Amino acid sequence: MSTADVALAPGPDEAAALPEPGRAPGAFGRFFRSELWLIFGRRRNWAGGLVLASVPLLIAVVVKVSGSGGGDTFVFAEITHNGLFVALAALTVELPFFLPIAVSAIAGDAVAGEANLGTLRYLLVTPVDRARLVLVKLGGITLFTLAATVLIAVVGAAAGLALFGGGTFTTLSGTSLGFAAGLGRLALVCGYLTLCLTGLGAVGLFISTLTEQPIGAGITLLALTVVSQILDQLSQVAAIHPYLPTHFWLDYAEVLRDPLDVGALGPGAASALAYVAIFTAAAWARFSTADVSA
Amino acid sequence: MTVATGLAVATEGLTKRFRSGQLAVDGIDLRVPHGAVYGFLGPNGSGKTTTIRMLLGLLRPTAGTASLLGQPMPQGAALALPRVGALVEGPAFHPYLSGWHNLMRLDAADRTARASAAEDRVRGALDRVGLAAAAGKRYRHYSLGMRQRLGIAAALLRPRELLVLDEPTNGLDPQGTREVRGLLVELAGAGTTVVLSSHLLSEVEQVCTHVGVMHRGRLVAQDTLAGLHARGASRAVVGTPRPAVAAAVLDRLGLADVVVHPPGATAELGDHAPQDVVAALVHADVPVTEFRVSGAGLEDLFVSLTGEGFDVNG
Ligand SMILES: Nc1ncnc2c1ncn2[C@@H]1O[C@H](COP(=O)(O)OP(=O)(O)OP(=O)(O)O)[C@@H](O)[C@H]1O
Ligand SMILES: [Mg+2]
Repeated sequence: MSTADVALAPGPDEAAALPEPGRAPGAFGRFFRSELWLIFGRRRNWAGGLVLASVPLLIAVVVKVSGSGGGDTFVFAEITHNGLFVALAALTVELPFFLPIAVSAIAGDAVAGEANLGTLRYLLVTPVDRARLVLVKLGGITLFTLAATVLIAVVGAAAGLALFGGGTFTTLSGTSLGFAAGLGRLALVCGYLTLCLTGLGAVGLFISTLTEQPIGAGITLLALTVVSQILDQLSQVAAIHPYLPTHFWLDYAEVLRDPLDVGALGPGAASALAYVAIFTAAAWARFSTADVSA
Repeated sequence: MTVATGLAVATEGLTKRFRSGQLAVDGIDLRVPHGAVYGFLGPNGSGKTTTIRMLLGLLRPTAGTASLLGQPMPQGAALALPRVGALVEGPAFHPYLSGWHNLMRLDAADRTARASAAEDRVRGALDRVGLAAAAGKRYRHYSLGMRQRLGIAAALLRPRELLVLDEPTNGLDPQGTREVRGLLVELAGAGTTVVLSSHLLSEVEQVCTHVGVMHRGRLVAQDTLAGLHARGASRAVVGTPRPAVAAAVLDRLGLADVVVHPPGATAELGDHAPQDVVAALVHADVPVTEFRVSGAGLEDLFVSLTGEGFDVNG
């Protein structure tokens, strides 16, 4: 094994240095880190992050300049009392469209992007086991989703606290929480939304195995997200509502009640996990036998 | 299934019909012995890349079997492929990453590669293809030849038992072509088996020990280079005012296909030495005004096997 690690040295001892196909320690972690480097080292994705982060700034500045909390909704009304609500308000407005755009871009790219560039064939002849590739791609989508929600929350919280301070954190139930508890609730919202969006990302991963066009895969996922939200508005199809990928997303507001009932997030979490399991399996089933002719 | 052992690459009736109905590879039996440098020739669209994709487990054969270093493909990919370096249908890398980071990415994907020596491997591979100075440049800014070199570097990241290189000198300048040829000779000298696809006979002729010729998805010839040379059957061309006598001498020597062709005679040279033929002619008092060996073999044979036409066979 260790002989496989000597630097390439031309010469007759080459044959002795041939790699045995044994597994190097930490190989999965190393591949996963390279996947993250691919996602987070890409300028396009930083530009997307900038857009996501600008929304909480916009909200904070507009509310500050207008001088009134007000607004129709609870989270917007609370901004002037506690800056953490800027983060919650930003997550609320970015959830229907901006966050799904970000997830679609990354998930659509996952397999189709590598196929489009041709790098997929070089990964596969390395060789990368196809199941392992699907898992690494899912992990990358998950971490990106987490980073996107946390980015919005951190920028929102920082801007909000700077402009409005960390006063009373009022819950939907009308009670008040301490600052640490409020921060905890915000973290919980981030975790829940990450899980929900990862469920969507798994669908995108599957779509990404069907095509060599990353943009097409991303747009398809985005269209599905919008259709899902439209169907969710139509009471005529109430029977299918619980099965829609976006149906439970707004349940994050349950976190703002007192006392905290984490169980209220159960259906949404179960739905997201089911989406992840089913569509990751589907992506693997499709990809494991697919011809790679790009 | 009788996939022969002792061969680095072996296929039996390997066939690929695409969903479009295109029969790209039609029942070929490849035989690449260990240590061979195998020139895989064929005109555009003859099925070389499709065959290579099946060998590497990227495409599933419609029929037939393939084995790579004794492992059935694609099932044995995990065992065989770490010992195989490949360039398939040109290089492909992430355009916004540097050459260095692209190779690090591929190295990280290899579960058999230890992290501790990754930088040494990448540096060594870049050095070998003369890209050390451009290592930090983004791939999107690489020239065609630099991209091709990076592709070869990726195939050489680890010491390999087998290299499968699809048109490795495509886009290279003359120096680059010569360097790659030298690199292949060096690797082959160290015992590496090489499969080298090309549509240029002249390109592989200088380095190959074996040749396989594809035409419309079929393997129309497969032999050692020497064997193919013999089949190329160069002809002895004798210029003389006495063609009939010359023809009789050629016939007596045992040359095949003797033709009287005033002002002279020609015959298949076979494995006769040209100087022996000349000596015999002179000995028989044939006035020789000209003697040459024509149709220097392979090129003509190649054309006769794959046709002269310019159009690809869709
Ligand atoms: N994914 C695909 N779907 C349908 N037909 C295909 C596909 N890939 C290749 N073909 C067809 O298969 C045939 C063989 O193609 P292949 O790429 O193997 O040729 P090649 O010998 O490598 O040619 P070249 O010298 O131009 O690289 C061609 O007619 C091509 O159009
Ligand atoms: Mg080709």
